[in-house]
Amino acid sequence: MTSGSAPTPSTPVKARGGLHALLLGKAGARLRRRWVDYAFIVAFVLLLVITATVSDVFFTQRNLSNLGRQAVTNGVLSLGMLVVILTGGIDLSVGSVVALAAIMVSGMSKGGMPLVLAILICLVVGVAAGAVNGFFIARFKLQPFIVTLATMGAIRGLVFVYSDIPITPTDPAFRAVLGAGFIGPFPVSALIMLACYPIVWFFLNRAKSGRAIVAIGGNEEAVRLAGISITGHILLAYMISGLFSALAGVMLASRLGIAQPSVGSGFELDAIAACVIGGAVLGGGGGSVFGTLAGVVALGMIDNLLNLFNVQSYYQQIFKGVIILVAVLWRRKQ
Amino acid sequence: MLSMRGIHKSFDGTQALRGVDFSAERGEVHAIVGENGAGKSTLMKILSGAIARNAGEILLDGVAADVSTPLTAHRLGIRAVYQEFSLVPHLTVAENILLGQMPSARVPGCVDWTKAYRRAEEILRSIGFVGIDVRRAVRHLSVSHQQMVEIAKAVAVRPRILILDEPSAVLSQEELNRLFALVRQLRQERTLILYISHRLDEVFEIADRITVLKDGQLVGTVQPQIADQNQLIRMMVGRSLGEIFPSRQPPLDDVALEVTALGRAGSFSDISFSLRRGEVLGMSGLVGSGRTQVARCIFGAEPFDSGELFVNGKPIHPRSPREAVKEGIALLTEDRKRDGLVLICTIRDNASMASFERLSRWGVINRRAQETEVQQKVKELDIRPPLLDRLARQLSGGNQQKLVLAKWLMTQARVLILDEPTRGVDVATKVEIYQLISDLAADGIGILLISSELPEILGLSDRALVMREGRVVGEYARAEASEEKLLAAAAGVRQ
Repeated sequence: MTSGSAPTPSTPVKARGGLHALLLGKAGARLRRRWVDYAFIVAFVLLLVITATVSDVFFTQRNLSNLGRQAVTNGVLSLGMLVVILTGGIDLSVGSVVALAAIMVSGMSKGGMPLVLAILICLVVGVAAGAVNGFFIARFKLQPFIVTLATMGAIRGLVFVYSDIPITPTDPAFRAVLGAGFIGPFPVSALIMLACYPIVWFFLNRAKSGRAIVAIGGNEEAVRLAGISITGHILLAYMISGLFSALAGVMLASRLGIAQPSVGSGFELDAIAACVIGGAVLGGGGGSVFGTLAGVVALGMIDNLLNLFNVQSYYQQIFKGVIILVAVLWRRKQ
Repeated sequence: MLSMRGIHKSFDGTQALRGVDFSAERGEVHAIVGENGAGKSTLMKILSGAIARNAGEILLDGVAADVSTPLTAHRLGIRAVYQEFSLVPHLTVAENILLGQMPSARVPGCVDWTKAYRRAEEILRSIGFVGIDVRRAVRHLSVSHQQMVEIAKAVAVRPRILILDEPSAVLSQEELNRLFALVRQLRQERTLILYISHRLDEVFEIADRITVLKDGQLVGTVQPQIADQNQLIRMMVGRSLGEIFPSRQPPLDDVALEVTALGRAGSFSDISFSLRRGEVLGMSGLVGSGRTQVARCIFGAEPFDSGELFVNGKPIHPRSPREAVKEGIALLTEDRKRDGLVLICTIRDNASMASFERLSRWGVINRRAQETEVQQKVKELDIRPPLLDRLARQLSGGNQQKLVLAKWLMTQARVLILDEPTRGVDVATKVEIYQLISDLAADGIGILLISSELPEILGLSDRALVMREGRVVGEYARAEASEEKLLAAAAGVRQ
C-alpha cells in the first residue's frame, strides 16, 4: 500500500440514534462506501432521466426498446471486457471479433447453413480468438495491451479476407427473432444481454475460477503461491471475452440485417468506458458487474438522448469523453 | 530541539494519535516502540510531512515548523526512511540516490554520468555501505540492498532529523551492524535519529532514550540503562507477558519431509535434512544465504536442478505451487503484502484461496462450508475484526499475518514452511504466533521455521540448521544451540 492507510477503522461513534448512527456506525461505514461507489452512477442516471423528460419522445415504448437494442452490443462486450480488466488486463481486439462473428454468421447463413449451427460456430471462433490472446499473454507474459493490439489488427484483416463487401444474411428468422423479436414489450436481444449479467455475476462471485480471476488482478503472485494456476485463469478470462465479443457480433448482425467488414471498430473503447464508469480499475483491483451494467445504460442513454436532440455524432464523441473523465476523477477523490 | 505538542490525528473516525507530547534532542538516538497500531508510524509521518495532523504544534529549536508537505519537511532537514520503499525500481542506484540533484554535463540538459556514479559511490562509501553497484537498476537488488539504498538516499543530504521506520526488518545481522555504525556516526555529527523498531534488543543496543507509545498515547520515555526489556514490554502491552515462548512437546518419529542433496545453480547446493512430524526445525542464516530459495524450491515456486524430495516417504517433484499444495505442503512467504495476500480481496477470499479446490463442487464454491471454515479459523487465530467481508488491506499488520496463516491452516497441510512468520508484527501477536506454532507441531505437523531472529529460532525449534552461502553449515539440537554458535556458523567464523 502506498497511501498512509489508517489502522483498521473500529469506528468509535457516540450513539446518537437514528440516521446519524446508521450513517456513522459500523454498518454505516459499509453503507457509505457502497453509496460512494454508486453515487456517481445514480446521480448520473437521474440526471439523464430528468433530461429525458424534456424530450417527449424518450419515454415512448418505441424509443426505449430502440435504446435497449442499441445497448445490447456494448452490454455484452462490456461483460467480457470486465472479466479481462479484473485480471489486470485489457482486450482491444473485441471490436474486430465482433466484425468477424457478424460477417461469418451472415456469410454462413447466406450459404445455407442452419442458423443455430452458424451461430455456434461463430461463438467457437470467438472463444478461439480469445484463446489466442490469452495464450500469448499468459504463457509468454506479454503485455495484454500489445497482444490484443496485434490481434485487433490481424483479426480485422481476417474479416476483410473473408469478405471485403457487406453481406446480408438471408435467413428471415435471424432478423425477425434475434434482431427485432419481442417477448411482450421487451426486445429478445436485450433480454439475452440482461440474462448474461447475473450469470457473470455468479461466475465472478461464486465460482472457484471467478474468484481466482478477481484475485489475480489484485496480486498475481499471491494467487500463484496459493496453488492456483495463473496461466489457466488468464486464458479463461480472454476466452470469455472472445465468447461475449462473438455473441455481440452475432446480435449486431441480426439487428442491422447486414454485416459490414468494417463494423465494430472503436467498440473496445465503449466497453472499457462502461467498465470504468461502473467502477472497474484498469490494471486490476476491482470492478463490479452491476456497476458495469449501469455504465452501459448510462452510455447508451447519452447516445440515445443526443440522437433525439439531433446532436451531431462528433459532439457525441466529445461528450462521452468528458463523461468518462468526470467519472474517473470522481472516483479518484475517495 | 524537536518538540511535538498535543498531536492529534484520526483516520475515518479512528483516533490514531490522541494528544502526544514528544520531544527529542540533537545528537541522540531516540527509539520509538509500541505495538502495531500504537501510532508510531503515524507520528513520524506527521513529522516528515507525509500526512497532515488534525491538531497540535511542532517546534524546531523553539520555532514553529512547517511540515505540511514532504517538500517543506525536506527543506527543514527532516528525512524519513519508511517501511514502504520510495525507490524508482527501473532507475539505477545512482539515480535513486541523487534523485532531483543529478550533476549536469556541459551540454545543457544532459547528465554527467561519470560524475553521478562517482558521487553516488562516494556517498555509499562515506556511510560504510560497500558492495552495491551504483550502475545497477534498483529492481535487480535484493530487498536488503534496496533498504540500504533507501537509507543512503536519505542520508546523502545530511539531514538534521533522520527517521528510520523499521529499518532492520529486511537487513541481515552484518548489514544491521553497518547501519548501527552509520547511526553512531550521524549521532556524532549531531543528527537527531528517530528509530522505530519492533526488535527490543536492537533498541537497547542503539538507543539513548526510548519512548513508548500505546493506543495513540505516549506512555513514557525511559533510558535503556535503567530499564529492562520486560519493563518495556509491560509498558507497550499494558501487561506482563511472562514466558514468551511456549513449552514444546517432543516430535514424533515418522518423517514428514525429507530433502536429499537439493541444489539449484547459483542459489544453493547439496541441501539435505529431514523434518519429522510434530517437529519445529529452525533454519537461520544471513539474508541472502539461500534459505528462502530452498523453501521456494520445496514449494515448487522455483525449479531445482538436482536432489530429491519426499513427503511422508513418497517421492515428489513439485513443478508448481499448485502441485506442492496438493502434496500437503504450505509456504508462508516472508513478505505478506507482496505475495501473501490479495489486499483488495476479503478475509473470506484470502483465507479460503488455497482451498478453493476442496471447497468447490462443479467449479462452484460451497458458500456455507467456506463460511463455516473461515469463521472457525478467524476465531481460532483471533483475527480482528472477525468480519469475513473486511478487505485484507484494512487489517493491521499482525492480523494480516494471521490471515495468511489461516489460509495455510485451511489447506490442512502436513508440512508447513514459515518464512519469517513474525516479521513486522507486534509483540502481542508474536506471542500468539509462537503459541500457534507450538500447537500445530503438537498436532503432528512438521514445521520448517525460517527466521532472522535468533531468539525465535532458539525458543521454538527442536533442532536448528544454519545456512551460509547456499549450504547448510551447521545443525544443532535444541540443548546445544546458542545465539553465539548460530551467529558464528552463519558468519563463517571458526570456533
